Amino acid sequence: MDEEKSKQEEIIESIDYKPPKKGWMNTKANFKKGTYCYSGGAKFVDYLDLPFPREWKPYEEDWKLPENWKEIILEGMRERLDKYRSFRVFMDICVRCGACADKCHFFIGSGDPKNMPVLRAELLRAVYRKNFTLAGKLMGKMVGARDLTEDVLKEWFYYFFQCTECRRCSVFCPYGIDTCEITMMARELLSLVGLGINWIIEPAANCFRTGNHLGVQPHAFKDSIDFAVDELEELTGVRVEAPINKKGAEILFIAPSADYFASPHYYTLLGYLLLFHEIGLDYTWSAYASEGGNFGLFHSHEMIKRLNNKVYHEAKRLKVKWILGGECGHMWRVMHQYMDTMNGPADFLEVPVSPLTGTKFENTKSTKMVHICEFTSDLIYNNKLDLDPSRNDHWNVTFHDSCNTSRAMGLIEEPRYIIKNVCNNFHEMPENTIKEQTFCCGSGSGLGTDENMDMRLRGGLPRANAAKFVQEKYGVNVVSCICAIDKATLPPLFEYWAPGLEVAGIHEFVGNALNVKGQNERTTDFRGEPLKKFEGNGVKNDV
Amino acid sequence: MYIFFSFLITGILFLIALLGSRNPFIFGIVIPYAAIALFIIGVIHRVVKWARSPVPFRWPTTAGQQKSLPWIKANNLESPYNIWGVLGRMLLEILFFRSLFRNTKVELRKDTHITYGNNKYLWLGAMAFHWSFLIIILRHFRFFTEPVIRFVNWLQTVDGILEINVPVLYITDVIIVIALIYLLIRRITNYQVRYISLASDYFPLFLLLTIAGTGIWMRYFDKVDIIKVKELALGLVSLNPTIPGGIGSIFYIHLFFVSVLIAYFPFSKLMHMAGVFFSPTRNLVNNNRAKRHINPWNPDVKVHTYQEWEDEFRDKIKTAGLPLEKK
Repeated sequence: MDEEKSKQEEIIESIDYKPPKKGWMNTKANFKKGTYCYSGGAKFVDYLDLPFPREWKPYEEDWKLPENWKEIILEGMRERLDKYRSFRVFMDICVRCGACADKCHFFIGSGDPKNMPVLRAELLRAVYRKNFTLAGKLMGKMVGARDLTEDVLKEWFYYFFQCTECRRCSVFCPYGIDTCEITMMARELLSLVGLGINWIIEPAANCFRTGNHLGVQPHAFKDSIDFAVDELEELTGVRVEAPINKKGAEILFIAPSADYFASPHYYTLLGYLLLFHEIGLDYTWSAYASEGGNFGLFHSHEMIKRLNNKVYHEAKRLKVKWILGGECGHMWRVMHQYMDTMNGPADFLEVPVSPLTGTKFENTKSTKMVHICEFTSDLIYNNKLDLDPSRNDHWNVTFHDSCNTSRAMGLIEEPRYIIKNVCNNFHEMPENTIKEQTFCCGSGSGLGTDENMDMRLRGGLPRANAAKFVQEKYGVNVVSCICAIDKATLPPLFEYWAPGLEVAGIHEFVGNALNVKGQNERTTDFRGEPLKKFEGNGVKNDV
Repeated sequence: MYIFFSFLITGILFLIALLGSRNPFIFGIVIPYAAIALFIIGVIHRVVKWARSPVPFRWPTTAGQQKSLPWIKANNLESPYNIWGVLGRMLLEILFFRSLFRNTKVELRKDTHITYGNNKYLWLGAMAFHWSFLIIILRHFRFFTEPVIRFVNWLQTVDGILEINVPVLYITDVIIVIALIYLLIRRITNYQVRYISLASDYFPLFLLLTIAGTGIWMRYFDKVDIIKVKELALGLVSLNPTIPGGIGSIFYIHLFFVSVLIAYFPFSKLMHMAGVFFSPTRNLVNNNRAKRHINPWNPDVKVHTYQEWEDEFRDKIKTAGLPLEKK
């Protein structure tokens, strides 16, 4: 414990918000181990038909750039300025007021001035000014214009893969400048000369080929769903059905692949399965559209569309009426803000209606895709579920809004409504760290890889710190969330900053609380932990 | 260095104006007209350029509850679900700097707790500056209209309500100077803001301070002949310029700096005034799943179809007992 403390203090003491004396145009990116991600593997770049596949290393001097790399980047910039109003406007209107500076979790956790959203964007703006504005051409450095050199390109790679596209800064910007959009543009430009990170390009290639990021092939997909069905039977005594690729089902259910392959996501999967069984939902999984997430979002607009295509494609083939989507953050940015525009119109589907409550989801009448939290909260509101929240009494819960569901969708009250109905102990984290001001886990947008751990721990510091606050104040022992990346990356984060905190999906709690016809006496939760009422004398260790 | 450069440029401009004030034709007619022409052409050029780039996707930043189920209260101002919500959101943003009002200041405490304190000073400074500036500009319409518009007279009375001094002291004159000095000092003393500041951030502040300073100087101290100034102003707006003699050089310095400001406007960050209207995180409706947004250049992309997938994994699909399209 003391050792943990000193590790924590070491990072905290290393954070200095005072920038260096040297101006930012005169400093170079320092590829320190633990603060950057490995380069995208050539075979994956090649598989996706992306330009300039090659083996290269970010920390090496020679990045083996194509000869005309500068031309390619500037041409790419020109093209995007003409295609995206957002890009052009955001390049022009920043006044450098600095309101965004300390809103970024990477800045708060690292103190690196280039992690201030404004300066991150200036890295791109400086090149824009030099090449696309009169003032920049005439006045140069004085108005913040800068030549595009290899060092600048390296800086782009370093800092645009040190932004998790969480959009927190855009909430505070008086002009709504969205660093996420700027980062997306920068990553597209980098990709034009074959620069990317493996943690994005490999899952994207997997997803393109097998249908999901993890590269799970159809037989293995079926195995893991079957395994969950068996386990659920052991836990509850009820055998559920989990149809796959079933034609003519009413609903196609799509969840992030981590739900059926990783922990603690897995308990959320058990929750879905039990819920769908109990309400007798006519639905199907798909082994082809076996991924809700979309790492294309972290690569390029083109890749979003390529990976997202299978959702409607499969819904059409299976002749379902509408689509239900599981707990995931960035998946919902794509489903909510991009899918219909890119791959719609979904005129072969029907406006979603809950078969149990008759509620018509008017808010999805074009996309025809409903979020599981919207679906479940409607069930609870209409008293369609028999719930025993005391089965979650061993949990003292807080809720971490994921960046995309809060700031790119506005799904804020639905998950809270569900938690309050299935759990008896709930406490919010401080208001500057939740809802639209929520802090990223520090590992979003494809940065959740182990070689980047130092930066992840720093970026996740504000989130962990707020969680630790409620842990100490209210005895919170679990942080719930509706994001697969959170579920994967918060556990190591909390292990470091706030030991003792668990991470869980909301439908895990729903599953624990849900009474199912024909169930055995439920003595444990999905994790096999004894329920509070079955613990000796009901004394809880840390509440 | 940036700040000295901006200061130097401002000083040079001041000298030019001082010398030039002896040539009222150039400084009273030619330069103002040229500046206005540059302003109009420049702003239109920039705005047209923005407007020409399409909005391929609809992705507002949502800062409140979406409209989903009827019993959950949706927040139309922070997560607008219709055009009225967007209008309200934009009005709050443009008139009251809603987003800046959220500003917080992070503090890393010794006991390893991070706190987010309220920090409304920037908001206050920005509101004070922009609103005083607007009122001052509107007040100046007493020079451009004859008879003076009633609203302008009214504004003048309200602004001078303290009834201190002769001529009456305008509250906005005091506020704008304090606000500008605050914004300048903040830029210099706040480590992070100083680090990101460019010459193009200091320069507008110096311009505005000079404009306010010369304006105040000739109103309260070295008084100029208002009747003649109005004659010149009316001549300019009626496109029938005349140069009444005997206006003090301080006036021409004031006018020159105003001209520089408006000529500089379209080429600088001052364009944020028009840009804020174009910001897609604020001016779009959060109704993506209810109403399809069209991307005018929606490209065809290479996809991996179900059939290709089935063909690749046929044996595995068969072994797993999953249905196949082609047996």
